[in-house]
Amino acid sequence: MNLITSSIGQGLLWGLLGVGLFLTFRILDFPDMTVEGTFPLGAAVSVTAITNGLNPLIATLLAFLAGMLAGLITGLLYTKGRIPILLAGILVMTACYSINLRIMGTSNVSLLGKQTLFSGQFFASLPKFFDSVVLGLIIITIVVAILAIFLQTNLGQAFIATGDNEKMAKSLGINTDQMKNMGLMVSNGMIAVSGALIAQSDGYADVNMGIGIIVIGLASIIIGEVVFGELTMNQRLVAVVCGSIIYRFVLLLVLKAGFNTNDLNLISSLVLALCLMLPTLRKKFHFDRILKHGVAMPTKERD
Amino acid sequence: MERPVILELKNVSVYVNRHTTEEIQILKNINLKVYKNDFITLLGSNGAGKSTLFNVIAGNQPIDEGQILVNGHDISNMSEEKRTKFISRVFQDPKLGTAPRMTVAENLLLATKRGSRRNLKLRRLKQHLAEFKQITATMPNRLSERLKTPTGNLSGGQRQALSFLMATIKKPAILLLDEHTAALDPKTSAELMEATQTRVTEDELTALMITHQLSDAVTYGNRLLVMKDGRITQDLDAVTKANTNIDELMIY
Repeated sequence: MNLITSSIGQGLLWGLLGVGLFLTFRILDFPDMTVEGTFPLGAAVSVTAITNGLNPLIATLLAFLAGMLAGLITGLLYTKGRIPILLAGILVMTACYSINLRIMGTSNVSLLGKQTLFSGQFFASLPKFFDSVVLGLIIITIVVAILAIFLQTNLGQAFIATGDNEKMAKSLGINTDQMKNMGLMVSNGMIAVSGALIAQSDGYADVNMGIGIIVIGLASIIIGEVVFGELTMNQRLVAVVCGSIIYRFVLLLVLKAGFNTNDLNLISSLVLALCLMLPTLRKKFHFDRILKHGVAMPTKERD
Repeated sequence: MERPVILELKNVSVYVNRHTTEEIQILKNINLKVYKNDFITLLGSNGAGKSTLFNVIAGNQPIDEGQILVNGHDISNMSEEKRTKFISRVFQDPKLGTAPRMTVAENLLLATKRGSRRNLKLRRLKQHLAEFKQITATMPNRLSERLKTPTGNLSGGQRQALSFLMATIKKPAILLLDEHTAALDPKTSAELMEATQTRVTEDELTALMITHQLSDAVTYGNRLLVMKDGRITQDLDAVTKANTNIDELMIY
């Protein structure tokens, strides 16, 4: 039971990463490697701020700002510097490694005995592992609600159009460079917050905690799509969070099956590769009847 | 009475590989006055500079020499995005004009905001549905029944009809039609041309249309331009155009 509760809690905290990545990977339609740098950046900033005596909430907000800044740099390299997005992301991700070491001063900083977002009487009164479930649920609900509303605004629609057909968006007067920068900033800000939450939940920040992060984020998105199939935009945001939780259960099973934590990146990549190949495999082996829904874009009529 | 000049090109030139040994001039000192309510058809072989001329007007091709004026204001250095306030465009490729994952209604709603700032107000799609139903009904091929369909699932003809509506739903000062019926089958193409004619006339639009269909070039519009090697070689008004034999135009 404890393991299941813990998986749900972790899934919710990591869900923020998936939703953040969804903004760039699915809506803007490009892979943003910056996340591998901004996730530990968020952890580094928040943990350093907390060890220096700042309120954990302010520390988490600082992580958000730091993530946004990193996203902006990637965006400017991409939109103004005309560097391909993959490379722009890798550059910022690599630079972040040094920045994170500078911020923390060392490769690993512990939060032992410090106040975090998970401290406090209310969380202490909850059964074990329920703290991350409650906090995760609160944060992810707020974030998904704000995003869902945002995407229904004129600006949000322009943002979606930019990723859907950039040439058309431009011909309607949408400043697509601004949309991309905005998307990268919000996305990386959210991912940094996810890093900050995971660091506070785990009780430490490590400079290497960003390795393989993009695969975890993508896994949440893809699993959500494979499991839930064709959805509206708002439902897809929730599906990402569910995908993140399901992914934690997959990891739990893998660990139960006798693999150790060092194998997780390999397993994660395998799971993701399998999910990504699913549409092709289905065609080839006629999986359609077994798996009703897939990774394909929504095709049904919708509001 | 003389109609006012909406668009004016003064000595506009565009070069490729300028200042190198491979320099090519793809637009050569173009001078053109487009008057209000002109519906100009534009003929020319591939490489004559028709598309470059459109790109120059729309702003996604910078000019090397000359000036572009809209209602007397110099817009030569204005960005493509800013120009969308008064210029709209329909592309030849049905895929280019619409956002495939967004529905027909969502696409139309985006188009009603052409050239204006995108703010954080809610989009209010439902309040526009009746209006969208009405204008899509003016188009052939039952577009009005598919308002909630993602445009990626529409036929090429439906998508072009939608692209055309999107370009005109907010009345532009200048409408650029870049072979907008070329990718369609003859019947659909003819229907869209008719719809185009009706809309341009009823809304008193000022339009330029590239076409390779000589019959369309002669049938539609009140003025015909022929381009060759980066120059406008013929400029026929409605009367001359009406008396022009299609065969005579073949010389282009």
